[in-house]
Amino acid sequence: MADAAVSTGAAGVALAVLGGAIRISTPFLFVSLGECLTEKSGRVNLGLEGTLVMGAMGAYGVSYLSGSPWLGVLAAGALGVILGALHAWLCSRPRVNDVAVGIALMLFGVGLAFFLGKPLIGPTAPHLPAIPLGAWSSSAQVRSALQLNALFVLGLVMTGVVLFVLRRTRWGLILRTVGESADSARAMGYDVNSVRLRATMAGGFLAGIGGSFLSLFYPGSWNEGLSSGQGLMAVALVIFARWDPVRCLFASLLFGGASALGPALQSVGVTSGYYLFNAAPYALTLAIIIATSSRDRALVGQPAELRVAR
Amino acid sequence: MSVGASSLGPPPVTTPLADVAPPPGGAPSPAPAKPPAPPAAAAPSGGAGLFRRAVDAIAVPTLSFVAALALFGVFIAFTGRNPAAVYYQMFRGSFGTWFSFQNTLLRAAPLMLTALATALPLRLGLVVLGGEGAMVLGGLAAAAFGYVAVEHGHSPTYIKTVMLSSGFIVGGAWIALAGGLRAYRGVNETISTLLLNYIAIALLNHIVEGPLRDPASLNKPSTPPIGDDNMLGNLPGLDVHWGLAFGLLACLITWVLMNRTTFGFAARMAGGNVRAALLNGLPVGRLFVAATFIGGACAGLAGSVEVAAIHGTANASLVTGYGYTGVLVAFIARGNPLAVIPVAIILGGIGASGGLLQRVFDLPDATVNVLQGILFICILFSDTFRGKSMFKARKPAGAK
Repeated sequence: MADAAVSTGAAGVALAVLGGAIRISTPFLFVSLGECLTEKSGRVNLGLEGTLVMGAMGAYGVSYLSGSPWLGVLAAGALGVILGALHAWLCSRPRVNDVAVGIALMLFGVGLAFFLGKPLIGPTAPHLPAIPLGAWSSSAQVRSALQLNALFVLGLVMTGVVLFVLRRTRWGLILRTVGESADSARAMGYDVNSVRLRATMAGGFLAGIGGSFLSLFYPGSWNEGLSSGQGLMAVALVIFARWDPVRCLFASLLFGGASALGPALQSVGVTSGYYLFNAAPYALTLAIIIATSSRDRALVGQPAELRVAR
Repeated sequence: MSVGASSLGPPPVTTPLADVAPPPGGAPSPAPAKPPAPPAAAAPSGGAGLFRRAVDAIAVPTLSFVAALALFGVFIAFTGRNPAAVYYQMFRGSFGTWFSFQNTLLRAAPLMLTALATALPLRLGLVVLGGEGAMVLGGLAAAAFGYVAVEHGHSPTYIKTVMLSSGFIVGGAWIALAGGLRAYRGVNETISTLLLNYIAIALLNHIVEGPLRDPASLNKPSTPPIGDDNMLGNLPGLDVHWGLAFGLLACLITWVLMNRTTFGFAARMAGGNVRAALLNGLPVGRLFVAATFIGGACAGLAGSVEVAAIHGTANASLVTGYGYTGVLVAFIARGNPLAVIPVAIILGGIGASGGLLQRVFDLPDATVNVLQGILFICILFSDTFRGKSMFKARKPAGAK
């Protein structure tokens, strides 16, 4: 009897981690895809945490006012484009440092979102639909674990799109050229700043959509504790993913699973060390960066323009 | 106070240690010749250069501060409030009365200390954002070790010393971890310190909810109180605790350290050009660890002062956001510990006026964060108007 309880408990944890991996990974996925695109052009946007929170606030507000969650998603993307353009424009000036501007925009974006979002704490906005992949099962646990959200599917599609754009299109080639050697790109007649502007705006668009997931699906409401640094972790995750969109997807799933570990263990009665398990994704990120960094050689896949910067 | 003029040139940032080969043989260069001049000496000399530096050090930050206030005024006007009235209340709530000025100083004290966690590594070209985590852990260490000392029945002086020094050491070790990882493993210190902040807060929650929870703290889990006798008092004649004296002293001492000692000279040289520093046989890795330790120790001290002078126990109130505001202070002060003092007082004033803005104008508490964000952006943008940059331009100006 006791053994059976333990095994269903373990299965429950595994299932909850799997469900969490799918559910929690979505914002990681969008932000890391956006950051991947931006960094491939040779610039770091640390401000995507601010973009994420702004996107969450904007999506919730627009969804509440218009009644359409998809309009909210679009608004979140648009806010991301604006913040991305601001970052790119500031960094295009001589002697302005992109990492520092990113920190500033992170503080600014979070502050502005809290300021504008104050009236949105409380009212309920329409949510994004979910795709019940687990409908075949009679177990409520399985059903909730396989509750696939539409944005996750969109994220899968976007992974393919970003991969295709970077590898197979003219624009992707130009973008990677700018990221590998701005001088060469300039010699070929490309405007480095305008390429980076577009890359940062596109990255901001994706990060904004990632934010809309937080407020419109899971956890599914707007409050000031909504983001716990997902935007920052996603930036770190791009390093781990070696600037590869497909690896960004797998890394996001891994991180989603790690984030789900604490709540999953708590649901089966393991409550000691709850807060330590909540730190699992941060510790995991740090451990992975330590393991993959090296003092003497540059990272595989890292855009050469970033090597100069770091 | 000749804060601006005493700035010994702008500290450059983002120099890649990871890409630099280790020094040949590890031995110093055979001829004990004088190392090359520090980055400051590269600034144009003579009257015109001095004028240029004065403009850079005083006029550019002042103008960007004014620009930030103007932008914030536009923002306030959009919300349908009178910017002039808001500014008047902000002044009243920060510097207008003796009471509000003491409140400002209370907030400036931890800001000076957390700013040093970013400012000192900045002189070596490291962007450290870990002040928040170091402060939280410093406070936790102070409460934990202070509690142990109380249990052993030590004297108040002993207990206070234990609290302050444990916060100092733990905060220092926490950030030195990031410095060491950067020096010996090539781990990006900006990312690692941000992650360490979240881990520190999780550790705090774990310990105050579990191993060290005071059973009497029901609503707000806390460590056992250290007792009123063991708390730090106020400075004589002021309603401001001893943290202000520690903040001022730390800024003065680190300024002397960075500008008047061989350690500071070596550190600034490593910040100017890592390759040159390595070729001259400077122990760049150890300099990174030392600078991050001292900076983190100051932030840890801020945390232990919060516990020893205000809360008397460690709980979630330690997560204040002072660490992130300290980053802003350090960047505005351009890494100069002396300039940290006035900047921390100004930003402490902005923070102190937040409550009044909420009460008088019904503005959200995030108003202060919006102003800080605008100010940060303006300050960074002003780099483009400087003769020489805080950050080494990656490409020649205009080429970007």
